[in-house]
Amino acid sequence: MGRSLKKGPYVDPRVLEKVEKLNEAGRKEPVKTWARRCTISPEFVGHTFLVHNGRAHISVYVTEDMVGHKLGEFSSTRTFRGHGSKGKK
Amino acid sequence: MPRVLGVDIPNNKPTYISLSYLYGIGPFLAIQICYELGVDPHVRAGELSEDEVSRITTHLDKNYTVEGPLRRKIQQDIGRLREIQCYRGVRHRKGLPVRGQRTKTNARTRKGRKKTVAGKKGVKDMKH
Repeated sequence: MGRSLKKGPYVDPRVLEKVEKLNEAGRKEPVKTWARRCTISPEFVGHTFLVHNGRAHISVYVTEDMVGHKLGEFSSTRTFRGHGSKGKK
Repeated sequence: MPRVLGVDIPNNKPTYISLSYLYGIGPFLAIQICYELGVDPHVRAGELSEDEVSRITTHLDKNYTVEGPLRRKIQQDIGRLREIQCYRGVRHRKGLPVRGQRTKTNARTRKGRKKTVAGKKGVKDMKH
């Protein structure tokens, strides 16, 4: 179920503030964040985010196609170690 | 038999059912289209006049994405998800369910036919 249009997309205010500051200064620095639920807004394009996955911060470079998705969608929280043979580590 | 949008030849069923033979048109849209054009949805498709058929064709062409273009659009949308490395894209790549369904059992539509794994704990082992 999608979010109500009345409310508009949820963009974490602190992340947005940081990105706007970077845009004003014309700088690009990775933004470290835990806000996985934050929607990627058009201002974010071209920036790099370090999105927490519960253990580490995964580097996510935002492209135009990613607008409208959440930051968390790009930082997997699962470690898949594979199925089957004990021989393999 | 009338031809709508080239290849598709819906038969001697009521217009609104015939229209739903087109990819991308279900019962709801079919009826809606009939009303938009003032065509009686209950008239058999075979009894539609040529004028009506051509009007339906042009109307579909202009306002709806159906058949080939729709299939292409869906593929493009999936391709976009695959490219941007997002969770849904990864699921598409791996051929696993995309919308959070369980994969411990079932999910056979996405995963294909059962692949039996030797030595895996099954129902027999669990009885002991």
